[in-house]
Amino acid sequence: MPRKKVRLEHAVEYLSILDKQGKPDKDLDPKIDKDTLLRMHRTMLLSRRFDEYQLRWQKQGRIGTFAPAKGQEASQIGSIAAVEDDDWMVPSFRETSVALWRGTPMTGLLLYNAGYNEGGQIPEGQNDLPISIPVASQMNEAVGIAYAMKMQKKDRLVMSYFGDGATSEGDFHEALNFAQAFKTPNVFICQNNQWAISVPREQQTPSKTLAQKALAYGMPGIQVDGNDPLAVYAATREAAERARKGDGPTLIECITYRLSVHTTADDPGKYRDEEEEEHWQEWDPIPRFQHYLNNHKVLRKKDIEALEKEIDEEVKSAWDEAEEQMKSLDDPLVMFDHLFEERPAYLEEQRQAMKQYREDRNG
Amino acid sequence: MAELNMAEAINLALRQEMEKDDSVYVLGEDVGVDGGVFRVTDGLLKQFGEDRVMDTPLAEAAIVGMSVGMAMAGLKPVCELQFSGFSYFAFHQLEGQAARMRWRSRSSYHVPMVCRIPYGGGVRALEHHSESRETYYAHTPGLKVVIPSGPRNARALLLSAIRDPDPVIFLEPKAMYRAFREEVPDEEETQPIGESQVARKGDDLTMITYGAMTQHTLEAADKLSDEDGIEAEVIDLLSVSPLDDKKFTESVRKTGRVVVVHEAHRSFGPGAEIISRINEKSFYYLEAPVQRVTGYDVIIPYFAREKAYIPDVDRIVAGARQAMND
Ligand SMILES: Cc1ncc(C[n+]2csc(CCOP(=O)(O)OP(=O)(O)O)c2C)c(N)n1
Ligand SMILES: [Mg+2]
Repeated sequence: MPRKKVRLEHAVEYLSILDKQGKPDKDLDPKIDKDTLLRMHRTMLLSRRFDEYQLRWQKQGRIGTFAPAKGQEASQIGSIAAVEDDDWMVPSFRETSVALWRGTPMTGLLLYNAGYNEGGQIPEGQNDLPISIPVASQMNEAVGIAYAMKMQKKDRLVMSYFGDGATSEGDFHEALNFAQAFKTPNVFICQNNQWAISVPREQQTPSKTLAQKALAYGMPGIQVDGNDPLAVYAATREAAERARKGDGPTLIECITYRLSVHTTADDPGKYRDEEEEEHWQEWDPIPRFQHYLNNHKVLRKKDIEALEKEIDEEVKSAWDEAEEQMKSLDDPLVMFDHLFEERPAYLEEQRQAMKQYREDRNG
Repeated sequence: MAELNMAEAINLALRQEMEKDDSVYVLGEDVGVDGGVFRVTDGLLKQFGEDRVMDTPLAEAAIVGMSVGMAMAGLKPVCELQFSGFSYFAFHQLEGQAARMRWRSRSSYHVPMVCRIPYGGGVRALEHHSESRETYYAHTPGLKVVIPSGPRNARALLLSAIRDPDPVIFLEPKAMYRAFREEVPDEEETQPIGESQVARKGDDLTMITYGAMTQHTLEAADKLSDEDGIEAEVIDLLSVSPLDDKKFTESVRKTGRVVVVHEAHRSFGPGAEIISRINEKSFYYLEAPVQRVTGYDVIIPYFAREKAYIPDVDRIVAGARQAMND
């Protein structure tokens, strides 16, 4: 009865393609076409500026609490750009860049953040799930959708997003296990932004990497530089190919950093120091990507200036439009909608009572 | 004696009990360094160290399950679930273990733990951050459910909850954390679990409520007094389970008219139980059908419309007038 080593099939790789100044490793560069590169850059920049505006609007009380994506644009865009538009996308609550890439209008996101349920509606033709706040739980829906795609022989995979903190929830482990057990076409994107509110990554779990959690389920796991859109893109591309071939799911851990607050209700000064933020600021994915694009003559400095202007206008007019839409959204009776296909009698009664009450009061 | 808000008063209870009893532990997400997302546990880590004030990984089931184990083995954990909307991640631990351990082991074990959970609306929060689902817990045999309405009773109730030999769900109406300040005595004060309080005396009408609705109901009672000359008695339940039906029975038998106010959904809400008890014990004293002013049977809308969901002073006054006029 020997005591011997059990050989594990996988090791965890780390992939990074751009250096700090945006110079690529030529052999690893996924050579993304120019249009896609430009669209990636534009969406990252739009997401960043949109976050910045929203922070201001939140302070002014125009919108409520929200979770900025600042710093994580490369993890989000590098991954979503590597799959097809009709693949599925299952977000958590910080995926502004992904949402913008998929075509979600800023007005919809603004309505959501201003407290209107209408912001949850999925634009026609987008295979996206709405924002999901209960950490990690949406990962199991992602597995179910992927299984349905597999059963219906549809060539579509499912991207799902979550954070480093999510890896501590049972739902994370259950989803990974199911996905591998049923070989579903899932790509799990873990945005390890180093913090789960005030809990630092190393306190979240003693595991050396988060990617290695996949190994326990017999699933490939890879760690990538999450502030390098090319690395994220390349890793996602590989995972997507595997999923499409029927070889099952992959876990991708994107090493990134939350450059802003957890949400606008949070004060990072309570738990992290500025030096750390400054260190990560140097790895800001946007200038890094811009250097790359500039070196490859895809985008020049004055293009960026023009783009900044364009984006500024776009964000501001999105607010104007959202504000306009809000004017016609003050009817609270809509709270009785969308609970069931047909409204049961007891709910209709309550709805009528609210209506009557409001009419009596308003004369 | 200090003027404290409810968050500070709960903090005081935790601090004093931890000083006094070194088997009291605090655990949860962001409760240590951050002092809790509502700052309720602020300063505890510094005073008591990380063994007793535990910043846990992000896993509600483990927080509650571990607390059950700690409690069975001689400690007194006070765990925090960040928002009631995420407490369902731990529901199987609460229902399947915490609530049953004494029963299943024939009292070989018991579970002296407290689960603190911010709940309720009115703070312009995101989805899952505004619900009032106290019924889930009140409907679970083996769990006690208490809900303070202000600083002073929060402090007193929490002390009783920590000292209780059985699991207590301590729901904190988050709209009340910083709503007002109140004198809270330095010396310890407890509030027995299962006892309600008369928050306002009156002979014409009984208003039964708890949590954040207590303030609204008291305001409504003043308005009824000013505008209608109606003197309402307001009962603040403080414990939803066990439910103290003695105090409100007395009051109902005196007034014969009743309105029940809660933020929770209407159907199967605590009001349904309260009114059943009134039917059972005071039916022949009633002058009119009992009125309910509650949240609706819908998921509470995002914050732009939450005001229309949560009972406010005007809706409570309207309900009271109905109870008076029928
Ligand atoms: C089940 C659950 N528990 C607690 C929360 C409160 N909460 C919201 S975000 C968060 C931290 C999430 O950390 P991570 O998974 O790393 O994602 P990040 O916020 O960093 O993007 C917590 C505790 C929640 N939304 N869901
Ligand atoms: Mg995180």
